[in-house]
Amino acid sequence: AAGMFLRLLSDIQWRAAHPKWRRMTSSQRSTSTTTESHPVSLPAQAQVVICGGGIMGTSVAYHLSKMGWKDVVLLEQGRLAAGTTRFCAGIVSTARPVSIELKMAHYSNKLYQQLEQETGVQTGYMKTGSISLAQTQDRLISLKRIASSLNVMGIPCEIISPKKVVQLHPLINIHDLVGAMYVPEDALVSSANVSLALATAASRNGVQIHERTSVSHVTVQKGRVTGVETDRGRIQCEYFVNCAGQWAYELGHSGEEAVHIPLHACEHFYLLTHPLKEPLSSSLPTIVDPDGRIYIRNWQGGILSGGFEKNPKPLFTEGRNQLEIQNLQEDWDHFGPLLSALLRRMPGLEALQIMQLVNCPESFTPDMRCIMGESPTARGYFVLAGMNSAGISYGGGAGKYLAEWMVNGYPSENVWPLDLKRFGTLQSSRTFLRHRVMEVMPLICDLKVPRWDFQTGRQLRTSPLYDRLDAQGARWMEKHGFERVKYFVPPGNDLLDLDHSKTFYKPDWFDIVGSEVKCCKEAVCVIDMSSFTKFEISSTGDQALESLQYLFSNDLDVPVGHVVHTGMLNEKGGYENDCSIARLSKRSFFMISPTDQQVHCWAWLKNRLPDDSNLTMEDVTWKYTALNLIGPRAVDVLSELSYAPMTAEHFPSLFCKEMSVGYANGIRVMSITHTGEPGFVLYIPIEYALHVYNEVMNMGQKYGIRNAGYYALRSLRIEKFFAFWGQDLDAFTTPMECGREFQVKLEKGMQFLGQEALLEQKQNGVYKRFTMFILEDHDTDMDLWPWWGEPIFRNGRYVGKTTSSAYSYTLERHVCLGFVHHFDEKTGEELVVTTDFINQGEYEIDIAGQRFQAKAKLYPFSSLFTQRRRKDEMELSGYQRE
Amino acid sequence: FYLTPPQVNSILKANEYSFKVPEFDGKNVSSILGFDSNQLPANAPIEDRRSAATCLQTRGMLLGVFDGHAGCACAQAVSERLFYYIAVSLLPHETLLEIENAVESGRALLPILQWHKHPNDYFSKEASKLYFNSLRTYWQELIDLNSGETTDVREALINAFKRLDNDISLEAQVGDPNSFLNYLVLRVAFSGATACVAHVDGVDLHIANTGDSRAMLGVQEEDGSWSAVNLSYDHNAQNEHEVKRVKMEHPKSEEKSLVKQDRLLGLLMPFRAFGDVKFKWSIELQKRVIESGPDQLNDNEYTKFIPPNYHTPPYLTAEPEVIHHKLRPQDKFLVLATDGLWETMHRQDVARIVGEYLTGVHHQQPIAVGGYKVTLGQMHGLLTERRARISSVFEDQNAATHLIRHAVGNNEFGTVDHERLSKMLSLPEELARMYRDDITIIVVQFNSHVIGAY
Repeated sequence: AAGMFLRLLSDIQWRAAHPKWRRMTSSQRSTSTTTESHPVSLPAQAQVVICGGGIMGTSVAYHLSKMGWKDVVLLEQGRLAAGTTRFCAGIVSTARPVSIELKMAHYSNKLYQQLEQETGVQTGYMKTGSISLAQTQDRLISLKRIASSLNVMGIPCEIISPKKVVQLHPLINIHDLVGAMYVPEDALVSSANVSLALATAASRNGVQIHERTSVSHVTVQKGRVTGVETDRGRIQCEYFVNCAGQWAYELGHSGEEAVHIPLHACEHFYLLTHPLKEPLSSSLPTIVDPDGRIYIRNWQGGILSGGFEKNPKPLFTEGRNQLEIQNLQEDWDHFGPLLSALLRRMPGLEALQIMQLVNCPESFTPDMRCIMGESPTARGYFVLAGMNSAGISYGGGAGKYLAEWMVNGYPSENVWPLDLKRFGTLQSSRTFLRHRVMEVMPLICDLKVPRWDFQTGRQLRTSPLYDRLDAQGARWMEKHGFERVKYFVPPGNDLLDLDHSKTFYKPDWFDIVGSEVKCCKEAVCVIDMSSFTKFEISSTGDQALESLQYLFSNDLDVPVGHVVHTGMLNEKGGYENDCSIARLSKRSFFMISPTDQQVHCWAWLKNRLPDDSNLTMEDVTWKYTALNLIGPRAVDVLSELSYAPMTAEHFPSLFCKEMSVGYANGIRVMSITHTGEPGFVLYIPIEYALHVYNEVMNMGQKYGIRNAGYYALRSLRIEKFFAFWGQDLDAFTTPMECGREFQVKLEKGMQFLGQEALLEQKQNGVYKRFTMFILEDHDTDMDLWPWWGEPIFRNGRYVGKTTSSAYSYTLERHVCLGFVHHFDEKTGEELVVTTDFINQGEYEIDIAGQRFQAKAKLYPFSSLFTQRRRKDEMELSGYQRE
Repeated sequence: FYLTPPQVNSILKANEYSFKVPEFDGKNVSSILGFDSNQLPANAPIEDRRSAATCLQTRGMLLGVFDGHAGCACAQAVSERLFYYIAVSLLPHETLLEIENAVESGRALLPILQWHKHPNDYFSKEASKLYFNSLRTYWQELIDLNSGETTDVREALINAFKRLDNDISLEAQVGDPNSFLNYLVLRVAFSGATACVAHVDGVDLHIANTGDSRAMLGVQEEDGSWSAVNLSYDHNAQNEHEVKRVKMEHPKSEEKSLVKQDRLLGLLMPFRAFGDVKFKWSIELQKRVIESGPDQLNDNEYTKFIPPNYHTPPYLTAEPEVIHHKLRPQDKFLVLATDGLWETMHRQDVARIVGEYLTGVHHQQPIAVGGYKVTLGQMHGLLTERRARISSVFEDQNAATHLIRHAVGNNEFGTVDHERLSKMLSLPEELARMYRDDITIIVVQFNSHVIGAY
């Protein structure tokens, strides 16, 4: 096998590399024994130490040095570009469903294209294009969605017929195809050479590269990286970058305080053949056949073909295992189904001679997105790993974003979907990772439909009411390990099984959620919202108030018992978090944030709160069960249970009070909902959860109470134009841009984070505006449903993308939320977006290539809903008898 | 009437049993990986029996199949008792003394055998005291005899077989005050059973056979193909040596009447067997025992009937023929089976089917392309074939079940035909015996690595 890999690498220009690092490592080139001495000793200190000489490590080094950080040391335990990077298939593909990944791949492609010219190292770059095939209509829809987002980014891309496919690639059997997507600018590279070219350029810029140097662990003091211990001595450093690929998890756990990097390796197989009789042209496009689970590219006159099987083989679960590494053998029986798919796609290859089956482990993450960013526990500890087998496509862009993050404090794009802090310790169990990646790897080829839930690694965090709700027909989804109810299937109602429920059209739960929404509007519903992150911040003096006043944009110096909705903004005024804060007493605050903020928000506050032992912050998420009572009758249920008047005069909106509910005392009741409907959230110490739930359900019976799930909530909040952090809001969105000036107190008498940026925006205007769209000519039963990420067109021109969407049962229309930009027609420069600009346009939303007329609105339909409620209240007498 | 594949499977698997030798018991590594066994009845109730046990006071493992005739009583008794007789015969003098002293002083007895039994393999509770007393008498005699020599396995097997048959005969002559037991010992003695027993200790394999069950060794040749080696001789009319032996033991005047229609005295198929006192006792003894026996025995035409030309008993013996074989790495498995299997399948086919099953399950070698010239099409064909093979053996987790499936369901092409299988298994009780016999199979798998290391 070793000989084979040498051939694979035959075109690597070791000796053409830059003399500087060639000198440092030249004596190690000739043989592969490990006993030679290291001629150049490690520096005693450096600003940055990067661990890993694959595509990620070299890309980070390249970009850091380009941005002016030259005191960088890159350490590689073996040789440069020798790990997964060496065996990588070398396909640079921009066809990615997640927008930030698409941007990274697009940048990578542009970078690799000019890399050979820049460095003199041959990268094997060849613009072949790629064709993604669709065997089903659903697959074609998903390709069309990707094509839409590629097109608005200016990346050429077209949906083509099977006939056109044959013209582009004569070997393909098209009998089972319904269409395809052609991306002419996708490319092939020799991934090892790209990595070497990046290393060469970095080295020229001053980055020191040391091969055959293993990092044993990273030292952290007072929450900051201080240095790196290697088998060749210690290097003091301010920044450490973990680009150790499939070993990143282990390296993260090697230090005294673990940095949790949830990824896990799986075996990945691809096939190499001898050249065809008439060797394949090196410009022939790469074929991706997701329904057959395979990709096929030309390779030295023959083909290279691999895939993502349904039954992956995870490995290294117990850590680095020398035996396993050496036993990575070809497994033909395992590859069989992929070989069948290959021969079905290209029957003419039957007589082609096999050269080798390569087994090349790839690392996968729990949500199929890569991992980048800074550790929440060790400042200066950065990570870039877990590429889910798209390392070469992401390498350039990912390295750039991470370098920006380190140098500027934040990347130039919203990378929250990839941020390490979206995970906590809970995703770091080896068993969880092993099970989850076995689901993730096949998913790479599976159809990605809206509202898809992972099936493995479930029931980790649950509310104490889980069994009760489950017994009543709850269907579950998971967020940050927490089980949340989607909706309740009424008895006798059967939904489709998981596989058959995948659809881009109207889902089978449509009427079920509709009736939950109706109940929220007309009577009262209970939703278990225990997953939300809950912190308590308190102090002995005024420290808590003072710190929070600085960290949050709204005024928190409110009377005790009041609740404030506020953003937690960064310097640029962007939302790092969007939360509700209740003032429990003069000196203590109760803060509720989205579920997936548990790690990020904690780290953000920890890093910014003064180091004062009189100021404490506690994560109390696990201590409380949260029940949300939504609907006009919530007030009646609660007042009967507590013998306390709950009407607006006694319990105004945005109010918080500890009271008794049933027998249970000390229930924290807040008059807020996350949907705009009237209602309350009850924060119940978990031991009382079942009691309070039972009481609420019993008492609520005469008011028509029922359980509801998050889908109903979602429909309600979107039709009310409520933005959610993580979906609509991110670190690049300010309150000014989403119509939330009212939640900012610019004049609260003291400075707060992001104030300057907001003042500037207030003066100069905003460059994007959160807008609500009501689809006009969209047929809910027949047309494709919007999801998120659909391009928005104004007067025929692209102005932005949607961020969320839902069917409004009240309007009986689809509602999309999204951001409108104003690009100059000639220069493409971003201009200020005014209210007039929004109001004076004709809008269309592009769903998988089909455009639907939409009406834009900047404010919710408040009047419409109140009117309806009046009317419904009158009809309620009939409802009660049901 | 048609049986679905799951119904067929549930019939075939009802009696299957598997035992895996623990990989490393802390003392010694066994030359046996484990065994699979199964039975398919044709008679109701089934007349075949099987036994398997590990010797705890000596090394080695015992496995046996027993084919009863004229009822199942004898086969049942032999399946319960024979291994104790063998184990006792193998015990050194000191151990025998120790056991006897323990019994004498009412202390706990050293366990002699660890049984590996299917839940359907029962032991008679009522007779256990009687059986134990006979066994104790045997070891007391062995203690008195103390030859001082180390025990030879061959001799031990022969002695055990003969002694047990003798005890069966004696118990029937003496009778028992308990009427149930009295009837039981008579039924045991008047019915018969063949026995084919293997004793495996390291590379030493002994087969002791009495009757027409058979032991067969599965050998993998260098080219991977399978061949069968017989480790027993059938004791029946087809065996010239047996016919000659019987004729030698009786006056020339009986030569013509000894073997008629391929049967002993024109009646019995096996030429050696346990029990069957009708072929062993004198006419006087038979008459006396039957007359003083319970009414049920008197009413039975078969027991009362004296074989024709019955002049110089005994005509039948339980003495086994013992074959010793030193196991080699290429010896992969041993099949012990009653004649129900051998009537329907040639041993060569048995060797191939079991061999392919075992290698398919455990030893399907990974394919490596190496330096060979292989095309994608060839590889695809190869993989498809391998998958098909795996899915066909996947149905059975038990080699004995797999063999029964073939024995009953094979069509003219040597592949299992579901329709045929369904028909054969849905035959009504009274018809089943005409189309097939009881089948009992034990497949013992050897550990080639251990054997190679000897």
